[in-house]
Amino acid sequence: MTCREFAEFLDAWLAGLLPAEQAGAFRRHLAVCPHCVNYLDGYRRTVDAVEQLRAAETVPEEVPADLVRAILASRKES
Amino acid sequence: MTAISLSPRLSQIPRNVSWSPGIGAAGYSLRLLRSAPMPRVPDVPLPSSRSGPGVPDGEEAVLIAALRRGEDTAFASLLREHGAPLLATARRMLGCEEDARDALQDAFLSAFRAVHAFEGKSRLGTWLHRITVNSVLMKLRSRKRACERRMEDLVPHFTDDGHHVEPPCPFSDAAVRALQSSESRMILWRAIEQLPDAYREVIVLRDIEGLSTEEAGTHLGITANAIKIRLHRARQALRTLLGDCSEDLSP
Ligand SMILES: [Zn+2]
Repeated sequence: MTCREFAEFLDAWLAGLLPAEQAGAFRRHLAVCPHCVNYLDGYRRTVDAVEQLRAAETVPEEVPADLVRAILASRKES
Repeated sequence: MTAISLSPRLSQIPRNVSWSPGIGAAGYSLRLLRSAPMPRVPDVPLPSSRSGPGVPDGEEAVLIAALRRGEDTAFASLLREHGAPLLATARRMLGCEEDARDALQDAFLSAFRAVHAFEGKSRLGTWLHRITVNSVLMKLRSRKRACERRMEDLVPHFTDDGHHVEPPCPFSDAAVRALQSSESRMILWRAIEQLPDAYREVIVLRDIEGLSTEEAGTHLGITANAIKIRLHRARQALRTLLGDCSEDLSP
């Protein structure tokens, strides 16, 4: 496996979707290529960070009253 | 904050590389299952909970009928009953309160106008979510941006025999710290805003709002395969931008 192929298969590997044979080649490449170890590390940190962004936004109790009023008022105008 | 050297540290001992996968869709649902009873569960629309074969139940049918008759109280009920998770969607996808409020307003105005066309083949919540995502995408596209970067400059390049042209270095300690700090949200959004529209949209739909590949494809009018390719390139570009973020934080 080359570094180019490694980068291509990254998403599939992270999602656990790589067939066993390719996953083996992926791990063997990681064992010998510090560049791809570094690349993977940053990629994983990136995906984790975006996932945190997604998890941080919780559903509010309700839509703020002033926004409800604004939306209902703009319906009357439109 | 002082500028941090970004030179490669190849002597660094590689981190444990045999960590288990689980960042993909399966990882998301596991996380949800674990935290399901907690009050702070994010409104992550799983396909099973949102786009199932559900049709409106009795109460919903009454509300829909009242909306079609144009009853003021029905519009207020719709907003009260369905508004909160949609506001969360708009906030999540836009990262800005003012834009989220605008998008929610646009979405409900569209919904009020289109309620006659609502055929009741899906739940109201599903239909409203789709409309909200559309309003959000329009808002996202209309946003003025200072610095859009070219994808060629952000994705890795390879030699003919498949090696990295520029060996990737690990994230600097400063970049790692920044992503774990209270500034991380701002840093992430600043990076996302530098992506061209096509890539920004796919990150927001897939990784931030958690739509499936197919749902994201429907919203953007492209195939599921094109979504996968774009998402990968978008993540690669973000990796480049976030790895460098210690530079941006310097005065
Ligand atoms: Zn490599």
